[in-house]
Amino acid sequence: MIKNIKILFHQGKQYIPDITKAEVPGIFRGRPIISSEKVNEQELVDLCPTGAINTSPVKIDLGKCTFCGECAFAFPNKIKFTTDYKISSNERERLIIREGEDKPIELNPDLIRKETFEYFSGSLKLRQVSAGGDNSCELELNACGNVNFDMGRFGIEFVASPRHADGIVITGSVSENMAEPLQICYDATPEPKIIILAGIDAISGGIFEGSPALNRRFLSKYKIDLYVPGNPIHPLTFINGILELIKKRK
Amino acid sequence: MNHLEVKNNQCIPVLSIPVLGYEQFLEHNTSLLKESHYHCVNYYGFRFQGKIKLICCIANDKEGTIYISSSIVEQHQTLSSFTHHHLAFHIFEREIHENFGINYTDHTWLKPTRFSFNRADKNSTVANYPFYKIESEELHEVGVGPIHAGVIEPGHFRFICNGEQILHLEIQLGFQHRGIENLFLEKKKLLQRITLAENISGDAVSGHTTCFVNLWESLCNYKADEELQYARTVALELERIAIHTGDLSAMCTDVAYQLGSSVFGRLRTPVINYFQIWCGNRLAKGLIRAGKNHFPLHKTLCDTLHKLFDDYEPDFDEMCKETFTLPTVLARFEKTGIVTTEQASSIGTVGMSARMSGINRDIRSSHPHNFYSSLNHQPIIKNHGDVYSRAQIRKEEIKQSIGYIRKLSENIPSENKNRTILSPPSSDSFVISLVEGWRGEICHCAITDEKGELVHYKVKDPSMHNWLALALAVRNNEISDFPICNKSFDLSYCGHDL
Repeated sequence: MIKNIKILFHQGKQYIPDITKAEVPGIFRGRPIISSEKVNEQELVDLCPTGAINTSPVKIDLGKCTFCGECAFAFPNKIKFTTDYKISSNERERLIIREGEDKPIELNPDLIRKETFEYFSGSLKLRQVSAGGDNSCELELNACGNVNFDMGRFGIEFVASPRHADGIVITGSVSENMAEPLQICYDATPEPKIIILAGIDAISGGIFEGSPALNRRFLSKYKIDLYVPGNPIHPLTFINGILELIKKRK
Repeated sequence: MNHLEVKNNQCIPVLSIPVLGYEQFLEHNTSLLKESHYHCVNYYGFRFQGKIKLICCIANDKEGTIYISSSIVEQHQTLSSFTHHHLAFHIFEREIHENFGINYTDHTWLKPTRFSFNRADKNSTVANYPFYKIESEELHEVGVGPIHAGVIEPGHFRFICNGEQILHLEIQLGFQHRGIENLFLEKKKLLQRITLAENISGDAVSGHTTCFVNLWESLCNYKADEELQYARTVALELERIAIHTGDLSAMCTDVAYQLGSSVFGRLRTPVINYFQIWCGNRLAKGLIRAGKNHFPLHKTLCDTLHKLFDDYEPDFDEMCKETFTLPTVLARFEKTGIVTTEQASSIGTVGMSARMSGINRDIRSSHPHNFYSSLNHQPIIKNHGDVYSRAQIRKEEIKQSIGYIRKLSENIPSENKNRTILSPPSSDSFVISLVEGWRGEICHCAITDEKGELVHYKVKDPSMHNWLALALAVRNNEISDFPICNKSFDLSYCGHDL
């Protein structure tokens, strides 16, 4: 017992004090900036493994981007990835970064339903559904609740049953074999409920887009409340995205 | 010759693989497995000129070679099974049966594997899996999943219990099936294929990607220089440290030891953050590339890593000392979820799941890849096959991996600035690549056509072999011990489902 207390004591405080202002260590690839330099745009498009880059003007779709950074290595003066991890949005269109733009990605307040912040701002219980993912976003969602990121302090938690949940978080590209369980889980969640897509696999299918083993019809049936890009998502991206979504608004 | 003997990552003409009659093919491969230093690393089929070509790869762990043989059979043919002679083939024959409708007269457990989109029998769906049943008024069934209570991947567990005691567990997988092997052929760009390899299993990114690039470089007749080998080896060991630490945390959670759960959990953070410092991604996505390295591991980065270990080790040692002597933890770990040596060798487990049952099976020592031949790796072996053995292996492998990384960085290879560009893949070739990931051996096999285009790509995650070990481990245990048993194996759903 005394040894336990000793360990507890010298582990000290491990949590990130201000999650909204935390700095990520190292060379994290977050929101990119595209300069207006002239390059061979076709080469840029051909380079991207997931077809996230579009031309005239050059655009990167963060809902498709794997953040591998290959475009920035090939065209260092054209594309730079910043360490800005606040890249979640509730509008799909806002995930597309255009040439010459350098402004934070924000949520569109007009699209946030009133009950989202009225009911959930102090307490949001989520049911996670992994549907054709690769366990990377799942690892990072678990990390959101660890002693470092400590999402629980904001009243945001993952719960065991959809009956206890205020919404579902979907990871993975939604395989045919998970389509029905996903629907059942969503139907079992009481109203009002939200849907969060975590990771590019969920948002666009990622590298698996177009595979005959997927069935993404569920996603076109309902309004998506939050898109959290990343491959996998960074815990800071996820937590900050949700905090923005549920913060008190007038 | 009944087989062709190849080394790990050796590129051979596909025509040089002996084609045997099925009876001889069966007799040859199953008789090899009678000796314990042989094990099956891969056995699969693919469509070939309107028929099915079966390729069997048996590793000789003593000589460090792999025996490749093949046979051609008709679709929907009925054959006698390898499984009847050695159970280690069971999962491979289940896959062949599902994909091509080949039937076996004497396979004991011919159930669906993953309900792949191109399976032979479309009437067999994930919703109508034929579960084993026992008719009895005294027994009850418990179904768990596919969606589980925690944030984990989907899979269905069906228990048959006598009160609290588990008599039988059947594991149904396939929910994560994304059609990866097919996508390897569909996506033509190298970067797309590397990205696919990175996304096979997000907790074994370094393992699967290293396996793919080793294979691809061999196919392109490219010899990776020391710097590339060094970076890949460090990445593999670092991944082992990170995931093992996280698993120790999760195992503490499952026995309600809060302090261990928090401390091991927080100790994992700097390790995966190091991947971000090194390559910009916490799970090493984007790090490993065929024939190049965007993120050279230079002196400053190595020093940061040493500093990280200097901080990590005292905290880790202290927490281990406490966890591994605490009666409440030991009471839950010891003699829980046992897989005996006989069971493990009969079902052909690999990696950690083999070493915890006294089987010396480790690709790093038997078929060394990358820098492992210089490390003279000695596998850590435990004999009890219980949760405690699996925890101990993690603890000791973490220490061993830290030692390896420290040793490797005494001699950092200098950055190679004039690398040659990869040439196109060789035509009509076959390569098998084995990598010891943190879970066990990862195996990728590729075949090219006369133009050097991929015609078949096969991925095998160690979990393919090991899921049955979990099902056996929980027999006669209390159902409340299932979570700790499951976590102590930490097998991959997506790696199995592909």
